[in-house]
Amino acid sequence: MSKSIMTVDDSASVRQMVSFTLREAGYDVIEACDGLDALSKFSGKNLNLIVTDLNMPNLDGIELIKRIRTGTENKFVPILMLTTESQDEKKIQGKQAGATGWIIKPFKPEQLLAVIKKVIG
Amino acid sequence: MNGTTINETRQYLTFKLSDEMFGVDVAQVREILDYIKITKVPQTPDFMCGVINLRGSVVPVVDMNLKFSMAKTERTVNTCIVVVEVNIDGDTTVLGALVDSVQEVFEIEPENIEPAPRIGTKLKTEFIKGMGKHNERFIIILDIDKIFSSEELLSVKENSIVADAPASN
Amino acid sequence: MSDIHKQAFIEEALELLAELEVSLIELEKSPDDKEIIAKVFRALHTIKGSSGMFGYDDITMFTHDIETVYHLIRNGDIKITKQIIDLTLLAKDQIKLMLDNEGGTRYNDEQITGEIIASFRKMVTDFHSKEDKSAKTEKKHNDSVAAQNSEFKSFYLLFEPNEDIFLSGTNPIMILNELASLGKYIIAGDYSKIPSLYDFNPEKCYSSWEMIIRTDKGMDAIKDAFIFIEDQCFIKVNEIDQSDLLRNDDNFARFEQFVKTNGMKLAGALEQFDRDLKQAAFKETAQIKKAREGQDVHKEADTTSSLRVSSDKLDNLVNLVGELVTLQARLNQVASNTQDQAVQSISEEVERITWSLRDSALNIRMLTIGSTFSKFNRLVRDLSKELGKEVELTTEGAETELDKTVIEKLNDPLVHIIRNSIDHGIETPEKRERMGKPKVGRVHLSAAHSGGNVLIKISDDGAGLNREAILEKAWASGIVAQGAELSDSEIFSLIFAPGFSTAKTVTNVSGRGVGMDVVKRGVESIRGTIEVTSKEWVGTTITLKLPLTLAIIDGLLVSIGDDNYILPLSAVEECIELTKTDVENSHGRNLVNVRGGIIPYINLRESLKIEGIRPPIEQIVISNLNGTKVGFVVDKVFGQHQTVLKTLGKFYNNVEGVSGATILGDGSIALILDIAKLCEREEIVQ
Repeated sequence: MSKSIMTVDDSASVRQMVSFTLREAGYDVIEACDGLDALSKFSGKNLNLIVTDLNMPNLDGIELIKRIRTGTENKFVPILMLTTESQDEKKIQGKQAGATGWIIKPFKPEQLLAVIKKVIG
Repeated sequence: MNGTTINETRQYLTFKLSDEMFGVDVAQVREILDYIKITKVPQTPDFMCGVINLRGSVVPVVDMNLKFSMAKTERTVNTCIVVVEVNIDGDTTVLGALVDSVQEVFEIEPENIEPAPRIGTKLKTEFIKGMGKHNERFIIILDIDKIFSSEELLSVKENSIVADAPASN
Repeated sequence: MSDIHKQAFIEEALELLAELEVSLIELEKSPDDKEIIAKVFRALHTIKGSSGMFGYDDITMFTHDIETVYHLIRNGDIKITKQIIDLTLLAKDQIKLMLDNEGGTRYNDEQITGEIIASFRKMVTDFHSKEDKSAKTEKKHNDSVAAQNSEFKSFYLLFEPNEDIFLSGTNPIMILNELASLGKYIIAGDYSKIPSLYDFNPEKCYSSWEMIIRTDKGMDAIKDAFIFIEDQCFIKVNEIDQSDLLRNDDNFARFEQFVKTNGMKLAGALEQFDRDLKQAAFKETAQIKKAREGQDVHKEADTTSSLRVSSDKLDNLVNLVGELVTLQARLNQVASNTQDQAVQSISEEVERITWSLRDSALNIRMLTIGSTFSKFNRLVRDLSKELGKEVELTTEGAETELDKTVIEKLNDPLVHIIRNSIDHGIETPEKRERMGKPKVGRVHLSAAHSGGNVLIKISDDGAGLNREAILEKAWASGIVAQGAELSDSEIFSLIFAPGFSTAKTVTNVSGRGVGMDVVKRGVESIRGTIEVTSKEWVGTTITLKLPLTLAIIDGLLVSIGDDNYILPLSAVEECIELTKTDVENSHGRNLVNVRGGIIPYINLRESLKIEGIRPPIEQIVISNLNGTKVGFVVDKVFGQHQTVLKTLGKFYNNVEGVSGATILGDGSIALILDIAKLCEREEIVQ
């Protein structure tokens, strides 16, 4: 059975690129365009991984992570943050909020898959 | 567009207006409708019958008899609306031509088409592409692009703004 | 990466750039607004992040330094200045050029981009020098291709995750797997801390592991496995260089066997390793798995996001829906003639769906005018700077919806008008102050629905039109006969005459005498009208009245004779009866007494020259036209009707008083009346 991954990004092109890459690699992909959208698509699903951008309108990535970790559903799901190197403290904030790991933008599809493999095998 | 000579064999749809036979290039004919209710648009010349609903599009209909200064088309079982595509200033416009009856479609070779006579028709010569001969009958082949050209439309506008001074914007 | 993704990226980037521009201009007005700063940062950030993934490395590089500055701004380390805004706007233009010219010769004006980057970098270094920190410039794409000395080494590793490791979504097994993939390994888990079942909390991790790894990838590869959890566990990694027995594969295997058979622990110098512990390791694995939520539940992927569709396809859809509507009406008729309940209920269902389909199809084409308005912020800003004027643009009614085609064609005329307002209308700040006006001039853009039309007003508080100057100019250029006197509105409309310009100097901006006539033609091409009112020293207002070409209008369905008509509902106030007695009492004047007020009316049957006899009781539809009440006499009023405006086409382009047609449910056509035009005409006739 293929694993399902949710990708959360307000940039449709990044989201498309991520989901395209993941689908090619055989994962099931659920797309969400921001934190709120992610939460709304969240329930009732068992996710294997969430890949989320940090800077997003409505509900940003950090807040999304916090809500997941303090919630009940998918509480322990691995979460990867998409960040840029200029955001060191964001990375730390994200980790403190409960992120599993991060991917530094810009990244190539292979890099993305490598990190995902690292986190969910 | 050079409408004075025709040098290839084409198919023509023929129809009758007050007992005269006319033809139009089938390439410009979209479809033929039975007479349906035409909604008159106020303050337009008589030859502009109004508009019809052609599957969701509003299409103007012209009474060809009146357009050619003949008696108004009387409605009979044979009355038809020939839906044609005309080119007005580079845009394709669809309109309906109300005719007495539609006859048939046939080919006319170029050698059987003579240039429009300068006199002897009620029509402006420029509306006529040529005189086709079929089964010993003359068919007036119309240049419908010319008939509905923008100059012709302009005269429609002038007529429609009956007595009003053109209001400045 | 496929072209589709690239195209999506370009379109998205262009949108982001447009947003960026809007935000920057807002930011200029309120430089401390955190939300706008965040918006700007986000736009830059996304552009930078995604451009690299789609092969636009130049954009990534270029945007990087700008983003850094906005990052500092967001943190409050740098203050927004006009210079920053200017530079960012310039940069935005450059990014757009880089995007635009892809394919052919890729545009990248190194000199300009170089200067922009240098300026941004300077801001960063200025800040960091204060902090006595060196600015980092190089990107580190550190894939840790460490120690490529293909030499096999053995390592001892102790891995003790914190109890709350699961709360970061980390599965320690994954890390062990990663380590395992590095080469040969021996693993031992310590499960002594696992409490009894009563005290056991499945959300906590009680285990730790020891591992011996033999790999050629080096120490860095091992540390890499822990990169995400460095601060959430205790890790010890030692190279076992003194131990000969692990130097070759045979020895390693033998050791493995030794550990297995002797059950010695791994700790320290490879002593004990317990085969049973390894057995338990698998149990633990199962336990951890249970502690985590159930896995591998197959879920279908759903996607939202928007789609871009060419407008041709939309037009086609709308036409097809139109055909469907007519067909549906026929189906309805056939169904109502049968006694078949099943057919009738299907027909009703189809009807319901058809109407909602029609509404949604038409709605797709409607866009708010806001995006067009916001584009002008930049125009106003740049122009006023260029001309040494201070101008503020305010907008109103940005949510007004118009058909896409109308909006597209509206852009150029609006640009011209705004240019003119700023160039000729708004005075220089000095002059304004001398005249006692506020130093900053104002251009106000507004949009509103009005009686089935959209009115767009562009007003300025500038110098206004000089009546005499225009008239003299008109006399001189022969547009108007020498000495002819004209009314104000006639004079003002002269500015739309071809080749007319009152500007004494030709500026870069306007004043070449092309412009306003182009504006007029542009507006007329979307069947709109244009009107000027102006007061010298006070300002000028230009009003564009635009039809809702494809818009849905709420109309009032009425009939006169055999035909149906639609009156725009927005103007309708009430409907009252008009009896023969009322007509007789008014002695031939078209006036009616409504609750004591006298209201003039237009008999549409007469006005539109519709044949037939007036019924004994007619209806007057009382409408409000710009504050004046006017009645329209019709035969019958059927009620409210949502209509889709269809143009009558070139053929009926200039029919006064009819703004279009609509197709009713039964497939018949109703003309939509332009009541404002009808009134105008009536006044002229009188």
